[in-house]
Amino acid sequence: MISSELQKYIEEIESRAREYGLDFFDVIFEVVDFEEMNMLASYGGFPVRYPHWRFGMEYERISKSYTYGLHKIYEMVINNNPSYAYLLKGNTDIDQKLVIAHVYAHSDFFKNNFWFSETNRKMLDEMANHAIRIRRYIDKYGYEEVESFIDICLSIEDLIDIHSPFIKRQFDKKNFLEVDEGERKPVSKLRSPSEYLEDYINPPDFIEWQRKKGEDEKIKKKKFPEFPERDVLLFLLENAQIEEWQRDVLSMIREESYYYAPQIQTKIMNEGWAAYWHSKILTEKIVTDREIIDYADHHAGTLSTRPGVLNPYKLGIELFRNIEDRWNKGKFGKDYQECDDIEAKRNWDMNLGLGRDKIFEVRRFYNDVTFIDEFLTEDFCREHGLFTYAYNRSTGMYEIESRDFKKIKEKLLFMLTNCTRPIIEIVEGNYMNRGELYLVHKHEGVDLKLDWAKDVLKQIFKIWKRPVHLETVVDGKLRVFTAEGGKKGKEVEVESFLVK
Amino acid sequence: MALKIEQDWGRFREIVRGKVKQNLRKYIVHSELIGKKGKDLVSIPVPQVEIPHFVHSPEKLGGVGQGQGEAGTPIGVGEGDEDGHAGNQPGQHILEVELTLEELAQILGEELELPNIEPRGKKNIKSLSGRYTGIHTAGPESLRHTRRTFKEALKRQITSGSYDPINPVIIPITEDKRYKLRETVEEPAYNAVVIYMMDISGSMGSEQKEIVRVESFWIDTWLRYQYRDIETKYIVHDAVAREVDRDIFFRVRESGGTIISSAYKLCRKMMEERYPSDEWNIYAFHFSDGDNWSRDDTHECIEMLEENLLPKVNLFCYGQVESPYGSGQFFYDLEDHLKEKENLVLSKIANKDAVYDSIKQFLGRGG
Repeated sequence: MISSELQKYIEEIESRAREYGLDFFDVIFEVVDFEEMNMLASYGGFPVRYPHWRFGMEYERISKSYTYGLHKIYEMVINNNPSYAYLLKGNTDIDQKLVIAHVYAHSDFFKNNFWFSETNRKMLDEMANHAIRIRRYIDKYGYEEVESFIDICLSIEDLIDIHSPFIKRQFDKKNFLEVDEGERKPVSKLRSPSEYLEDYINPPDFIEWQRKKGEDEKIKKKKFPEFPERDVLLFLLENAQIEEWQRDVLSMIREESYYYAPQIQTKIMNEGWAAYWHSKILTEKIVTDREIIDYADHHAGTLSTRPGVLNPYKLGIELFRNIEDRWNKGKFGKDYQECDDIEAKRNWDMNLGLGRDKIFEVRRFYNDVTFIDEFLTEDFCREHGLFTYAYNRSTGMYEIESRDFKKIKEKLLFMLTNCTRPIIEIVEGNYMNRGELYLVHKHEGVDLKLDWAKDVLKQIFKIWKRPVHLETVVDGKLRVFTAEGGKKGKEVEVESFLVK
Repeated sequence: MALKIEQDWGRFREIVRGKVKQNLRKYIVHSELIGKKGKDLVSIPVPQVEIPHFVHSPEKLGGVGQGQGEAGTPIGVGEGDEDGHAGNQPGQHILEVELTLEELAQILGEELELPNIEPRGKKNIKSLSGRYTGIHTAGPESLRHTRRTFKEALKRQITSGSYDPINPVIIPITEDKRYKLRETVEEPAYNAVVIYMMDISGSMGSEQKEIVRVESFWIDTWLRYQYRDIETKYIVHDAVAREVDRDIFFRVRESGGTIISSAYKLCRKMMEERYPSDEWNIYAFHFSDGDNWSRDDTHECIEMLEENLLPKVNLFCYGQVESPYGSGQFFYDLEDHLKEKENLVLSKIANKDAVYDSIKQFLGRGG
């Protein structure tokens, strides 16, 4: 129930937000108590999800940290049309106002950011649908059967191709494949001086063997998949020997992954954008004199930093403000870049007033990777005291490594690429012509967490049912891990060997 | 509102219990647990319950942070993000699971396949307990049933016509007031007493005592779970026996010879004076390194067990802790003479790891 008081705030903030040019879905607010909030948070914001223990684990974590006073969730908003937002019952008015403004900015971001353009805007219904379908399978096949299959799917849920929703292939794969098939290449023979020697110089067995070899090679050349496939889930959906219900479960998990991917891809921007606007709307239009201290306290809490944690709210809002300022003053472009008078640069102001337009443009076209790549400057890093840290084996602690701009940017981009996850591709679906799966980790200087990688391989084996290989680099050496076994109740085992 | 998460949460807790069970052997010798009592929660670090993914090794990845400090300054790294998607931060939480001792006893029972104890039929003993069973028109204000009171007031106001639906103000008067009624119920209860006896002669070192401590903790936990209430008594002996309290039982260190019969005599006396066997379920545990003073004394012990102790107790357990000095002869003497007695259990405990099996031997008998 929304109290009339709260309704008044909502209406006022909504119209203020519109005045600033925010363009959002309708937002439906609901007030929930902390238990419901914790539950919703465990379910990733949705009131109905399929049954699985990981939501229970999440609930345990969230409600414990709430009980111990470590963490409190003030709000949650779902990317959906209309957007659903939850407010925590019992929050002070000023907290609610801040949160409402924050929510409108999120909804604006969902609606307008390019990376969200392919997400399902009726996800609330879709999630409920998934829940119903999975419950039906549970009734039919048993709880543990379905649960353990979901466990497998969740282990590989992030093996999707986050850019695929935006790619239009130039050619139809199937036609392309057929081009050079058809005629057989004739086997080259040695010239024989006379006909009766023919069988001696070119023994028929040998010719036949040659011909076969040629054909085998051609089959080998015909790759499957033709190009390395990052959407491992799709590949498994299309090619794994699994039951129909399992295929359905896998497809649902995949769909949910694609739905969440843009939120991971734009975490910094999205939170930065929301923080920027709650701050702007509240301080300029809403906050009363007696509320200002509480507002400042809450806002500062949201933006607080600790050395080992990069706060996306903080980084995001500061970058947006930085961009606005630079474009207002014309601190960009060739002239500014090439100016080497520090004083002139500091006082640079061409009174362009392009800042507001620029940040709206940025929120439309960028994601965290391109955002950082384009707008993180050396000055900004220095001003905000960014650094890279690394693990020190001898002390067993993480230590500040460097404050070098290039290194910071490189590390940040590396961490943000592919939703923070390593890039894994299926290179061969018929490895050695034995129907085995060959995955390659595109190693970019950072090794995998090996114990987990092995466990994931075992899980993939359970779906693929044939040996699964993973090529990666460990301590500078190329290594292949193979999961196989599992016959007659035997444990699936992972072995590895060095590649010369 | 009943939360939908209950099911998933319950399932998660079930999985965690399974993990605890799998690793019970390890937890049994976990000395931090020991010393907890009753409804106290024990916090157990459980090997990760988790969904593995392909991720970068956090140690090799490092990261970006902000704040002050020279290169080389150690920083605390951990997660600070609320939505769990922040896979870009190293550090993981170790799962600390809180279980009540009762739950732990349940798990112990399941894993060791301990039979439930059938208390000996002494149902003549009643205990009194109170329950709120009804509603009354008089009572102390502290037991006033607010909802029922208002309901009465509402009924009265409607019948008397003083209720105004537009301005629904309900004011209860004295006649409207309703109180919860407490009734005393008699329930059958079983009394149980555990008598621990320990040899503290010079040959029992601190390691041996630690084993006894661990083992008696688990026995306590199990019996407390089986009986609602138990009494525990402690007897230490070297050449003479005396009754001590729990603290002293585990701390005292004497030297001297071993006359086991002294402890059995004291135990017999205790049972005769305070715990008549027709009213009490009696469990006796005796821990020693099995190096008794003389053959004669051993004979006396065997006689006493046969005639006085075994007929009266539910269970008599003799745990022989291996010590470098002891001969361990007492174990064989008991085995030779009293092998066929059903409520006597003998167990050899070589080291801490053997506690698990020893508990199974002791309590696997039921009784």
